[in-house]
Amino acid sequence: MTFELILFYIFGAILLGAALAMISVRNPVHAALFLVLAFFTAAAIWLLLEAEFLAIVLVLVYVGAVMVLFLFVVMMLDINIARLREGFAEFLPAGLVVAAAMATVLTLVITRFITMEAPERAAADYSNTAELGAILYTEYVYPFEIAAVILLVAIIAAISLTMRRRPDTKYVDPATQVKARREGRVRLVSMESVSRDAQKNKSRPSKSRQDESSQDKNK
Amino acid sequence: MFEWLMESFYSLPVVMQILFKITLIVVPLMLAVAYTTYAERKVIGYIQVRIGPNRVGPRGWLQPIADAVKLLTKEVIVPTNANRFLFLSAPVLAIAPALAAWAVIPFDDGMVLADINAGLLYLLALTSLGVYGIIIAGWASNSKYALLGAMRSAAQIVSYEIAMGFALVGVIMAAGSLNVGQIVMAQEGSIYHWFLLPLFPLFMVYFISGVAETNRAPFDVAEGESEIVAGFHVEYSGMAFAVFFLAEYANMILISALAALLFFGGWLSPFQGIVPESVFAWPLIGWFLDSGIHWFLLKTAFFLFLFLWFRATFPRYRYDQIMRLGWKVLIPVTIVWLFVLGVLIFLKVGPWFA
Repeated sequence: MTFELILFYIFGAILLGAALAMISVRNPVHAALFLVLAFFTAAAIWLLLEAEFLAIVLVLVYVGAVMVLFLFVVMMLDINIARLREGFAEFLPAGLVVAAAMATVLTLVITRFITMEAPERAAADYSNTAELGAILYTEYVYPFEIAAVILLVAIIAAISLTMRRRPDTKYVDPATQVKARREGRVRLVSMESVSRDAQKNKSRPSKSRQDESSQDKNK
Repeated sequence: MFEWLMESFYSLPVVMQILFKITLIVVPLMLAVAYTTYAERKVIGYIQVRIGPNRVGPRGWLQPIADAVKLLTKEVIVPTNANRFLFLSAPVLAIAPALAAWAVIPFDDGMVLADINAGLLYLLALTSLGVYGIIIAGWASNSKYALLGAMRSAAQIVSYEIAMGFALVGVIMAAGSLNVGQIVMAQEGSIYHWFLLPLFPLFMVYFISGVAETNRAPFDVAEGESEIVAGFHVEYSGMAFAVFFLAEYANMILISALAALLFFGGWLSPFQGIVPESVFAWPLIGWFLDSGIHWFLLKTAFFLFLFLWFRATFPRYRYDQIMRLGWKVLIPVTIVWLFVLGVLIFLKVGPWFA
């Protein structure tokens, strides 16, 4: 048994274990973390198959972005585990049918391809990424572009579905904040400087003058 | 003597050779991390007209060692009802990607642990994994503040990763390669050949998102000591806390090194192509002016200094403004510049794409 084969079996065992644990553990956060482990070992197996671009993209996109958002949502939810487990017996027959169908398909695929010869090892300077790019942008350029457009439509749809105007938020537009100038906020008033004693003396006559004016009104 | 050393090195089994090389990278890196904490306290101290640490050893040089010894001897407290396994594995998950990323960093021409084709993709994938340490730490601590900090941090890192990824796409387009060594070699010629000039907006976006990715000031709402105590690592003590600290600084050094490699020509000398070739033959001065690992280290140190400078200068961003900057400012800038870059490459605008 070569070293590579040993690695393959180790990663395969971890992958299967993690996938099983993912659907059987009770805590949803643990399930998400097991799914991360499954993605990781799948990436390792792809690396053994010399598909380094796909392996790294699997880690980058699924582990680095999708699963982070999954965990994000799962941690925020207040999940009632008892309610989740309700109706297990009810859905069991349907689940078994689906499982049986998938198992048949998988066995058909595996029994058909299991005798395939291992492809030749590529040379050390062979770049999987460059090959993928070359074929993706020449032979499959239209399917690639169509997939890109569909993804763009999905992004726009997701944003427009969740966007709502909320007039009650006290959000301040940063542009207006940046534009605020000193002249708009501060007003300088020039006043004559008055000493405290002079103010005291002044206040009395002004008071009497007020009295006079009130008297005038009374008249 | 030297030849004998090299010979005995190559007679070792390959695994031993690789382990030796890894030690050669990780040990100086850990020392650099330790002394970055010292440099930070000193630099910020002088910016704020203080002296900074100066008690332990001459001029405080032994301060990071003393800190490490202190943290090592402290107890690691696991909170009640915390998930013990995840609580203790979170710091490991935070620091492992920060260290593993150094495998594809070239220090000099050919001086790299793993010279792989998809080096830049590998870096992107690994830097996107660091967030798991933070999320798991926040969740496993079973604490409100820790969870809030982890949520803020996760949202911020995922948002800024897109801008950073787009900025790196520009570098890949300009260099025509995913291999980090080849990206540096594409900038060879003179200081005007560095990607800083044609990719200046992308460099700005890259460095701003780099600061945001590492959760450093002014983007440190994830820690926000005045709002949520310390964020995701509020429940950690002793060495478990120290490992988070190490991960943050290792990530800072990684972002600085990448900025030097991708936009500032890595180990290439700025005097290359400007002073006559004969200068490089002078003793000592010629060695200094010529390309080499010292230029890479100097450039990295400069960007590391910028991190410290930012922290002492800018007030913390408000959370909604962080999101606005990432999604509505940085991402459109990168998309526009990717279009411009496509036109530049198509028209073969020299000296970069000639």
